Amino acid sequence: MNYKAIDMALPTQEKTMNHRVPAVEIVDLKKSFEDNHVLKNFNLTIQPHENVAVLGKSGSGKSVLIKCIVGLIKPDAGQIRVFGQDVVHLERQELDEVRSRIGFLFQSNALYDSLTVRENLEFPMRRLRLKKSKEQVDQMVYEALSNVGLPNVQDLMPSSLSGGMKKRIGLARTLIMEPRIILYDEPTTGLDPITSKEIANLMNDVHQKYNTSSIIISHDMSCIKRTAQRIVVLNDGIDYLEGNYEELKGSKDKIVRAFFL
Amino acid sequence: MSKLYQFLHETTDVSRFAVRFFSDGLKPPYETEEIIRQSYVIGYKSLPLVGITSFIMGLVLTIQSRPTLVEFGAESWLPSMVGISIIREIGPVITALICAGKIGSSIGAELGSMKVTEQIDAMEVSGTNPFKFLVATRIIATTLMLPILAIMSDAIGIYGSYLAVNIKDTVSFPLFYSQVFNSLSFGDIIPSVAKTFFFGFAIGLIGCYKGYHSDKGTQGVGRSANSAVVISSLLVFILDLIAVQIADLFYEL
Ligand SMILES: Nc1ncnc2c1ncn2[C@@H]1O[C@H](COP(=O)(O)OP(=O)(O)OP(=O)(O)O)[C@@H](O)[C@H]1O
Ligand SMILES: [Mg+2]
Repeated sequence: MNYKAIDMALPTQEKTMNHRVPAVEIVDLKKSFEDNHVLKNFNLTIQPHENVAVLGKSGSGKSVLIKCIVGLIKPDAGQIRVFGQDVVHLERQELDEVRSRIGFLFQSNALYDSLTVRENLEFPMRRLRLKKSKEQVDQMVYEALSNVGLPNVQDLMPSSLSGGMKKRIGLARTLIMEPRIILYDEPTTGLDPITSKEIANLMNDVHQKYNTSSIIISHDMSCIKRTAQRIVVLNDGIDYLEGNYEELKGSKDKIVRAFFL
Repeated sequence: MSKLYQFLHETTDVSRFAVRFFSDGLKPPYETEEIIRQSYVIGYKSLPLVGITSFIMGLVLTIQSRPTLVEFGAESWLPSMVGISIIREIGPVITALICAGKIGSSIGAELGSMKVTEQIDAMEVSGTNPFKFLVATRIIATTLMLPILAIMSDAIGIYGSYLAVNIKDTVSFPLFYSQVFNSLSFGDIIPSVAKTFFFGFAIGLIGCYKGYHSDKGTQGVGRSANSAVVISSLLVFILDLIAVQIADLFYEL
């Protein structure tokens, strides 16, 4: 008997009530760009309230992987389920619904550089046409900025912020929608060790406070050690190996060792 | 051969982009606020440049045409001749070229850098359709603003011409004005305004297409901006050529 078939047959409501419905479930994911076979057969399951790091060298397809989850890139084959809902074949409106529960922190921050920090934070709310009063919106903006430790930069333009501040604002912008899942694309790359540590601590705070699940893409081992309960190594398009920090650190595998040097 | 293939490939892509504008971009809900903001940026901010160039064109054209007309003793035709040139051709084309340079490049660069810094992706995941918010609003704004700019350019060009006539002669403005407008017919004005809508559409479309499909890296952004200007300027002339044929069919110029 096929387990997956049973799972599909369950009504959605029952599935969400069922505690074992994973936050994210990726099965046999494949994606190529012409002759470049980036993801060949990738599998990953993330439980609710779990932080999983995806480790892989540059160009291994980490960003492609998480862009598939939010529907920015359409996979060639395979399934992606977010809280039991298949996201690959959704219509735009349903996809937006799923996306509103996913926070995405971009590798390049992706702050809108023609808008102020405040407008950046307001943008996702305005777009989803939440009916909120001006006071409520102001309060939410203030709260999100306080959560990342920057309550006083509301009227600055992103271009006048430092790299670490931009990362924080990017995080605040995703937090304002109170996501259930956060996808971090290299949250600490390009930052000094002290700032990296602050960002990692912030990620943990968010994890506790908002009870989120996360995928953390990184090759910064100290950040991974701090934030992730489990590590999956993405190599040659497959989920090559997984384990916790200590297990990987003790691993004899040449590819895994390379990340600890 | 591969150049030809690439050209045809890109032409298909641009056409698809245009089809997407009509099918996706024009669907409600409309981004009214953003359309108004873009119209302000695109229309109002181009006005000084369009104004100055049109003024100079009107002035120069009049001064240059005068000697020939004097030779035939047809000086009195100067206002109507210059008026027709400006309204039929020079106003619309000068406006379109200036806008292709100014607006085409800025749209190409802006969307291009939004693309490479993942801002367009960020918009997409936050529930905004970037095609509607960024592309459709800009194409609508250029399509609506170009005709207005062109009409202003006509007016300023004609005023420039009036000043030029007055260097050698004294003509009162009302007389000059009536000389210009008596020689004009609907066959001059309607096609000339109509084609500016198409110029505006082409400039917005190409700028957005180039920016939206920008390659990675800052070089990609530069290339987008540059080719947006080159292609939209060329397109303005091609459209002008088509427009004159069509106008000829309807009005027998
Ligand atoms: N839109 C795209 N079109 C074509 N190729 C792409 C596209 N996006 C990614 N690629 C290719 O897929 C491969 C993986 O890219 P990806 O950005 O996922 O790498 P990454 O693992 O995130 O690397 P990094 O650590 O440098 O960010 C690269 O070879 C890249 O060239
Ligand atoms: Mg990446």
